[in-house]
Amino acid sequence: MLAYIEYLKTYAPMFLNGTIVTLEQTVLGALLAIVVALIAAFMKMSSFFPIRWMGITYIEIFRGTSLLVQMYWIFFVLPLFGITLDKFTAGFLAVGLNLGAYGAELVRGGIQAVPKGQYEAAIALNLPSVSRMRRIIFPQALLKMLPPWGNLLIELLKATALVSLISVTDLMFEAKMINNRTYLSAQTFGTALIIYYIMARFIITPGMRWMEHRLAQKLSIG
Amino acid sequence: MFDWKWDFTFEILPRMLVATLNTLMAAGIGYSIALVVGLILALAQRTPYRVLSFCVREFVEFVRSTPLVLQIFFVFYVGPQFGIRLSPWVSGMIAIGLHYAAYLSEVYRAGLDSIPQGQWEACVALNLSTKRTYFRIVIPQAIPVVIPGAGNYLVGIFKDTPMLSVIGVMELFHTATAIGANTYRFLEPYTLVGLIFLSLSLPAAMFLRRFEDWVRASLGMKKLYSKD
Repeated sequence: MLAYIEYLKTYAPMFLNGTIVTLEQTVLGALLAIVVALIAAFMKMSSFFPIRWMGITYIEIFRGTSLLVQMYWIFFVLPLFGITLDKFTAGFLAVGLNLGAYGAELVRGGIQAVPKGQYEAAIALNLPSVSRMRRIIFPQALLKMLPPWGNLLIELLKATALVSLISVTDLMFEAKMINNRTYLSAQTFGTALIIYYIMARFIITPGMRWMEHRLAQKLSIG
Repeated sequence: MFDWKWDFTFEILPRMLVATLNTLMAAGIGYSIALVVGLILALAQRTPYRVLSFCVREFVEFVRSTPLVLQIFFVFYVGPQFGIRLSPWVSGMIAIGLHYAAYLSEVYRAGLDSIPQGQWEACVALNLSTKRTYFRIVIPQAIPVVIPGAGNYLVGIFKDTPMLSVIGVMELFHTATAIGANTYRFLEPYTLVGLIFLSLSLPAAMFLRRFEDWVRASLGMKKLYSKD
């Protein structure tokens, strides 16, 4: 136990640096995923077939292949087409685009779960289609899709561990460095696992609960 | 595309297809472990022993909220520290199997919870043993509830197998990386990996939907997807 405290004293700065990079990747990836999910969901629900088809193609490609493959493709193959991204950008771009495809289906499911009567009432009140979506449909859909988005954000946090494979210095990467230096695998990977667990269970989950609560209050349901 | 070399593509294709078999095998073995261990984890949470169900519950939560790559590293590197040497394949299968077992236990749990209370009471009234209650009454009814979720994780485990390459399991992605490192050509191997994954996971998802309808039909329930 004392040896472990000594070990933590030595390597805490590395774990901390890694955790910060992981959080950055998670936040940027999440923002990208939310934007992309909204765009793709509305594209998939479009009545104009080329747009709908583009939305479906994006969703199926990113859901049908592995994140790791997508990340390597973005990092190693895109430069051949003249698009060179640094590893940090390539990392959260791949994570955001991948999870965004899953998020798009959540957005679509949420919007389609709003009762038909709400649409009809909005039309009867002569609301223009944009404010019908923005003021009536979307807030109710948001309340329905927040719990699955909470799970998706945990998936996103976990997915950022893969950016270490293109040498982004996140928590996973630092853990590998420490392991190479000390060979104390149980301590190193165990500590990293616990940090991930804390981020998921004590930051993301309560954060999402709080948002659900606030939204329900705003819609005066809760 | 401008830099795509077809002769190179056909040269590496056989090797990639053999590696695909390894990927499928890894997914199959991992999923079999997950199906069995997941059921054990789900049933353990329903036992009257509070300590056991609490520990299993926490274990499932822990596994579900930490990254699979890190778990793979953990299993692979921690063994040797205590004198247990595991091959990449064995530790990979343990890690991926346990990870998905945690997910599947949640699917099983939802399935078991969906059985109406009356069914349990009827089993008590008929004096059925716990084993008979589960295997003859409860589990058969839970199966149609479980299949969609379990099917999604079958496709999920298949798409997560590239992570096994980090400890050197020679599956599809690892092979593509090896080819890229030898030839300095990444376009064809990585694109092929993507295409192979797409061409397997999309039909698999479609097949699972059919299968779900077939199970529901054979149990005399309403179909979900087919028109007829």
